[in-house]
Amino acid sequence: MINKKQITALVASAMAFGGAAQAADVEVTHWWTSGGEAAAVKVFADSFNALGGGDRWIDGAIAGSGGVARPIIASRITGGDPMGATQLNHGRQAEDFIEAGLMLELTDVAQRENWKGFVRPSGLYDSCDYDGKIFCVPVNIHSWQWMWISLPAFQKAGVPAPKDWHEFVAAAPALRNAGIVPLALGNQSWQYGGMFDVLLVGLGGIDTWKRINIDRDADFARGSKMREVWQAFGDARELSVGSNVSEWNEATNLVITHKAGAQIMGDWAQGEFSVAGYTAGNEYDCLPGLGINEVLSTGGDAFYFPATGDADLVRAQKKMASMMVSKDVQVGFNLAKGSLPIRGDVDLSAANLCMKKGLKILDNLDNVIPSGDQLLTQDTLGQMGDLIAEFWEDTSITPAEAQERWADILASAE
Amino acid sequence: MESNIADKAVPAAPGGPPPDWLGRQWWGLRRNLVAKIATLPMVFTALVVFLGGTLWSIFYSFTKSKSLPVEKFVGFAQYERLFNTKRWIVSLENIAIFGICSLVFSLVIGFLLAALLDQKIRFENTFRTIFLYPFALSFIITGLVWQWILNPEFGIQQVVRSFGFEEFVFNPLRDPEIVIYGVLIAGLWQGSGLVMVLMLAGLRGIEEDIWKAARVDGIPAWKTYLIIVIPMMRPVFVTTLVLIAAGIVKVFDLVVAQTAGGPGIASEVPAKYVYDYLFARGNLGQGLAASTVMLLSVLVVLIPWMYLEFGSRRQQKHG
Repeated sequence: MINKKQITALVASAMAFGGAAQAADVEVTHWWTSGGEAAAVKVFADSFNALGGGDRWIDGAIAGSGGVARPIIASRITGGDPMGATQLNHGRQAEDFIEAGLMLELTDVAQRENWKGFVRPSGLYDSCDYDGKIFCVPVNIHSWQWMWISLPAFQKAGVPAPKDWHEFVAAAPALRNAGIVPLALGNQSWQYGGMFDVLLVGLGGIDTWKRINIDRDADFARGSKMREVWQAFGDARELSVGSNVSEWNEATNLVITHKAGAQIMGDWAQGEFSVAGYTAGNEYDCLPGLGINEVLSTGGDAFYFPATGDADLVRAQKKMASMMVSKDVQVGFNLAKGSLPIRGDVDLSAANLCMKKGLKILDNLDNVIPSGDQLLTQDTLGQMGDLIAEFWEDTSITPAEAQERWADILASAE
Repeated sequence: MESNIADKAVPAAPGGPPPDWLGRQWWGLRRNLVAKIATLPMVFTALVVFLGGTLWSIFYSFTKSKSLPVEKFVGFAQYERLFNTKRWIVSLENIAIFGICSLVFSLVIGFLLAALLDQKIRFENTFRTIFLYPFALSFIITGLVWQWILNPEFGIQQVVRSFGFEEFVFNPLRDPEIVIYGVLIAGLWQGSGLVMVLMLAGLRGIEEDIWKAARVDGIPAWKTYLIIVIPMMRPVFVTTLVLIAAGIVKVFDLVVAQTAGGPGIASEVPAKYVYDYLFARGNLGQGLAASTVMLLSVLVVLIPWMYLEFGSRRQQKHG
């Protein structure tokens, strides 16, 4: 996977650290456990083990979503039992660790390989940049703003497949009549929360998104544009009645088996369609930005390397960081994961229809929004998540009431 | 002034034997020296970990600490926010329902099972093992097992429907109104066995003669239990109560495994709120404020009880 020049460079740099360097086991924690995700991790692990030098990738997969894994990872780092490398979201929590000196600085690797030159969009590089120092490795671009549609389900209902959210809502009664649940959704709070954000940017566009996440404009949050979003979220609440699954991939499976018409979920859902042997455009279709505002977030996954003070481990950690951004590994990894590579200079001729739609959107930087993780604190996001979960399960709360409380949370955000 | 007089009464003669009070204190320290050394680690743990940790928590609950503790004080702001948060209020309601119900039901169920086992039945050991067995499972396993049993697709609802009752609906974990009772069932299933064993031990401690005397007087069995046996088992009840109460306050893993606080926020509990804010949301101040309120609510129950329990006993001894 890695070309010869890079191996030579790596061997040379390893030698420079001193001939007595010992092989290190690098424990890597992450929460990638579904079919497509596990395949992607394997690309990393195999590539790292193939680099030679005796360093080994010790897989520390944590079952469950990020909500389960993040506290475990955080308590190991703050508790003085750090792993060699870990998947972690960008954001305030990571910043706190960096500030406390718990993370390894990767500036020398980044400068030697000129990451700033090739990482695209540059926001991904900037989120790893803390006061001019680099502390993490962006590995992919993930976007939430996708609606996955089962084409046979709409055929069965006798209505044309929708081109946007409004057509979808209009077609929903026909789906119901055909015994199909219009909207598949797993009953977990991160899934409603994610869908809410997609509705916000899909219906409101990037301006609405900025007014909320950057300006924190509580008056705007009480206004008519957000009323439309909350109304749509209320519609979604009704359209998903009958979707009694909990995991996101179970919900995707409802769409795959044509028991549900559509699902709003990030691009990782596409891995499930490929595992089922489906082709985009034949059995399923995708609507980025709900077909209305075609914008994508570019939050993505990143790996952080906790500081340990062990010279051998540091050498292996830097070697791993360099491996993760190298061209061939980026292609192999992202093809398996369904996400987009973090560099534009790789060969993606194997991309499918939906991936090409995504790439086209990314070509115009105006269509790119940073991930919400990077702006509001986990604290604020958590409160909003609680409210959204409460609203979703309690049909006595009207969209207007929820909107008011949501605006209050935004007003108190720091 | 009195101590001065005492000092004069025992003049310390230079070069002479050490004063009497010093010797007594030294001897007092030497007595059971091994036992005292053996308790040192626990004393240390209690002071540093329990007391120290508690004071640390209370201290930082008045700050705006985020992921890491900082000394920026904000007064009662964290508490104000706490009690304006719907999720915290729901958590308190849930712990109250869960607490009262599990206290009453596990005592009643545990005592009834113990009384039934005490009727000199056959296979007592077998039944005791069966009833106690759930206690050997962790809350996580209990939660998962009951999540499946209560799952409408392949749990109780499905079984009853397969008997021909097609319209039967029993899906507590997806109904925000009754989800906490779904958690309660799992908790009772897990905990009642232990209560039963404790009660059984208590019943066995009642002398046979008392039963005989009651029988001679013609008192029916249920009345003997209610009026004579239960009051005699007071120490067992107190122990059981403490164990159950401790289980209630820290109920967390059961909820996490069974419902993850859902649907929505309907089965949230205070311990989970604390955990989320400490570890997932990086807001130490808010999490510690919540944990301080938890501590206070335990003390509100505990202090009057301890006062009644130990205060009155001391008076009895002196009296």
